[in-house]
Amino acid sequence: MSEHHENSHGTFNSLMTGFALAGILTLIPFGIVMMEPSWDPSVTIGIIMGLGAVQIIVHLVYFLHLKRSTEEGWTFSATIFAVVILAIVLAGSLWVMHNMNANMMPMTQDNMGALPALPAGAEHGAHGASHE
Amino acid sequence: MATEALHQSPPETWTPLFGRLTWDWIPYHEPILVGTFAAVALGGLAVLILMTYFRLWGPFWRDWVTTIDHKKIGIMYMALGFIMFVRGFADAIMMRAQQAMAAGGAEGYLPPHHFDQVFTAHGVIMIFFVAMAFITGIMNYVMPLQIGARDVAFPFLNNFSFWMTVAGAILVNLSLFVGEFARVGWLAFPPLSGASFSTGPGMDYYLWSLQIAGIGTTLSGINMVATILKMRAPGMRLFDMPIFAWTTLCTNFLIVAAFPVLTATLTMLTLDRYIGTHFFTNDMGGNAMMYVNLIWIWGHPEVYILILPIFGVFSEIVATFSGKPIFGYKTMVWATACIMVLSFVVWLHHFFTMGSGANVNAFFGITTMIIAVPTGVKVFNWIFTMYKGSVRLETPMLWTIGFIVTFTIGGMTGVLLAVPPVDFQLHNTLFLIAHFHNVIIGGVVFGVYAAVSYWWPKAFGFKLDDTWMRRSFWLWFVGFYFAFMPLYALGLMGVTRRMNAYMDTAWQIYFIVAVFGAVLILGGIACGFIGGFVSVKNRKALACGPDPWNARTLDWATQSPVAPYNFPEDVQVTGRDMFWKMKQDGFKWSGHYHDIHMPKSTSSGFVLAVMATIFGFAMIWYIWWLAIVSFLGCVAYGIAHTFNYDRDFYIPAKDVEATEAKDALA
Repeated sequence: MSEHHENSHGTFNSLMTGFALAGILTLIPFGIVMMEPSWDPSVTIGIIMGLGAVQIIVHLVYFLHLKRSTEEGWTFSATIFAVVILAIVLAGSLWVMHNMNANMMPMTQDNMGALPALPAGAEHGAHGASHE
Repeated sequence: MATEALHQSPPETWTPLFGRLTWDWIPYHEPILVGTFAAVALGGLAVLILMTYFRLWGPFWRDWVTTIDHKKIGIMYMALGFIMFVRGFADAIMMRAQQAMAAGGAEGYLPPHHFDQVFTAHGVIMIFFVAMAFITGIMNYVMPLQIGARDVAFPFLNNFSFWMTVAGAILVNLSLFVGEFARVGWLAFPPLSGASFSTGPGMDYYLWSLQIAGIGTTLSGINMVATILKMRAPGMRLFDMPIFAWTTLCTNFLIVAAFPVLTATLTMLTLDRYIGTHFFTNDMGGNAMMYVNLIWIWGHPEVYILILPIFGVFSEIVATFSGKPIFGYKTMVWATACIMVLSFVVWLHHFFTMGSGANVNAFFGITTMIIAVPTGVKVFNWIFTMYKGSVRLETPMLWTIGFIVTFTIGGMTGVLLAVPPVDFQLHNTLFLIAHFHNVIIGGVVFGVYAAVSYWWPKAFGFKLDDTWMRRSFWLWFVGFYFAFMPLYALGLMGVTRRMNAYMDTAWQIYFIVAVFGAVLILGGIACGFIGGFVSVKNRKALACGPDPWNARTLDWATQSPVAPYNFPEDVQVTGRDMFWKMKQDGFKWSGHYHDIHMPKSTSSGFVLAVMATIFGFAMIWYIWWLAIVSFLGCVAYGIAHTFNYDRDFYIPAKDVEATEAKDALA
């Protein structure tokens, strides 16, 4: 009975380890933002996202007691399924939306210059009159 | 009415007591709606009077409203599905009639303002409150019986899920008579569905009815996954489960994975509309394309959520009526699992034309073609199951063969649409409409009729009237081709969907053929209902035993109609098609019964859903005080319900014995 109890709710030690890890993983991003580092803000965002992902794993392992053995492995395989779907949805959306953004969003003065050159025929047609 | 050039919405006013609800929002000046309201009111009144006269309120409350028996909840889902089906079909035939009339400058009888509501309501109702209700009903009724369980894992949650679905359906129907419905198409793309372009309560009816019903769907998904994983009969391994139980498992995994995406997306749209955020607006950094992306991440798995259980239904029927085990059981399971995962990598094929470029389109075009492969595997498995079997052409089998033919045609036009350059021609044309009706009617609707005629004897103890059900099939089958083949042709001519009127009179003949098909389908629906009434009337003559089809799976080991406890004793499962094995060994219950532990009925689910309906109504009309009160009421009642410890009871062994003895005599 006691073993089952530990299995489903974790021990004092494991909970405290989880709590400490979660705390540290929360403090680091706050620290970085408050230090106002000189590097590029996108690096900060990258670090925060990465630590967030680690945070999710810490929660799953220490607080939701995700183990390969619980519920005949169903908890674990359900988690794998969720992670796969999440990865597909996130990566897919980023890829799709990046392309949409590049192709479809209203143009500003800046990216007007970056337009690909028109095909040779079109170029010629447009300038034909002035050359004469 | 047709002369009404521009629709005038009532002025935007707000009072603390009634929010923005004023008398102007009651559409008493629209004759079609007044007529409908009169019919609904008279019908409702007749039901009320009859129920009072026959003193049915008590039994209705005790045996149905508060029940947590998965079988009764399943039947109630089916009833909800058929009621909403009538509403959705009325919308369909209105659109068909309008388009048959409104050619070459004629306006038809539906003004654009009304027409737009009709096509939106048709789509929303048919997907969320008809197809979803049907498949949830069938899964609820059949799956626990097939795995030898007494009920689902969370019986109260099941009742609550059902009533939340009803709450959503009531809000949609209420929009007919109080206010208006959305005019945005069934997926409500912003910016059209945003605050600037959809004023008035229509869009808010859409959001709140789907959110409330969505709670029910998600919870019932969790419930059924837990049931299959935890409550199978002793000895039943996953690979001993009937195919229908497998497809139910995969479908509910999809529900649990996909519906939160819908909830989150609609929540963001709600925030845009209510508190002025800018997730999907044109300005302030919003991006409407993100909504399209997100809603289809839910939307594509959703179509497989609808069709997978139906694949399961046909697998059971084909095996039973061919007198053979299903051909390629394992390939069937793996095909289902493949579809489950692949359904999450094809969503972009719904918006090839939005402009994500060649690489993205090529990727999603190819994945879309790949997902047709496991479906093709299934079609071959069904055909090979019939091959050299002793096929009996009972009505469920008739629907199955109709399905195989029709669904294959629909599948092929789907693969055609998966080619991005072709899609650029056919996107948003009637070709697309014909395609998805081809797979949804040929798949889901035929499947529901097949399932109802197959499991009806299990649920009620008598068969459905054969003559009327055959008439229903043939009218549906022929009617479908008349109604949708012209739309393929129109789509190839470039006719777009959702048109209120058109100038080219050459198109009109196709629309007239289509409306003729819709009338045939109407005949099919009518024959189905008549068949139901005739069967109930002749139930003595049509009565049958617990196993009228000589079936193979455990659901047929129970009595017909099934006793509340399902199985008088635990079944020790030793392999696939367990009931077939049991029959080979001369099946009989031991006769030594024990007290059976059962969950107790509760009114909590119903009460919570009533409060959720009030909350939705209050949010739609900006009646903030009522929204706060009803929301707090929901939370308080939900917490109070957790303190209800009077949740179970025992059916004494001698009652079980008496019930089983009665069956032996019959």
